[in-house]
Amino acid sequence: MESGKLNNMVLEIYKGGVPVMDVLNRWYDEFKLEGYGAMIPFIGIVRPDNGIDGLSFDLYLPLLTKWFEKWQNLPDCKITMAHSFGDVMVGETSFLCAVYTKHRREGFKYLEEFVEDFKANAPIWKYDLKNGKRIFASDRAKPLPQSGILK
Amino acid sequence: MVSVEFLGPIQIDKKEFDVKSVRELKDELYKIPELEDWLISCAIAVNDKIIESLDTPLKDGDKVVLLPPVCGG
Repeated sequence: MESGKLNNMVLEIYKGGVPVMDVLNRWYDEFKLEGYGAMIPFIGIVRPDNGIDGLSFDLYLPLLTKWFEKWQNLPDCKITMAHSFGDVMVGETSFLCAVYTKHRREGFKYLEEFVEDFKANAPIWKYDLKNGKRIFASDRAKPLPQSGILK
Repeated sequence: MVSVEFLGPIQIDKKEFDVKSVRELKDELYKIPELEDWLISCAIAVNDKIIESLDTPLKDGDKVVLLPPVCGG
């Protein structure tokens, strides 16, 4: 794990697949007495699509940290997250997050908003691993909202 | 000099440029043929803050990164 808690923020970065159950157990133990009635995990599993052996990731930690910090000051919700860099094979997990709220309803809403924002703004790049090659997943990549100033 | 790092799938090593603004840097970047397909879809951060204006000034020691289209998860 590369980074742990910064200013009480839980953003964990792993080389290779995220050890899902270990992380969830630890988060559960850490936050179960903080008054949240709902802990909603999201586990992103690498699918065996298009004959891939796995996925691989690059990330830019300085801006990933800044992006994640924006989700740290919600009045009624806590969010923790783990992501991989390097190779993550089919069946392993590259992205894990958990949303903690008093009740489930607002938790599901926050989870959806958080993952949408993550997909659009987190500085992470995905590659397919196929036949020993690492191929940028350009078909799934989206320009950042602030892109285009070099047109 | 301003250092420029190309992130993710852009296969270009870090470079340094003697430029005073992002606009000047843009002109230099367009001289690199391998970047041509990337530039229109990149976002730019100066000292780890994403910027939205070509008129953003640059000074000696500034760190610029180019962020191509993203896909986490």
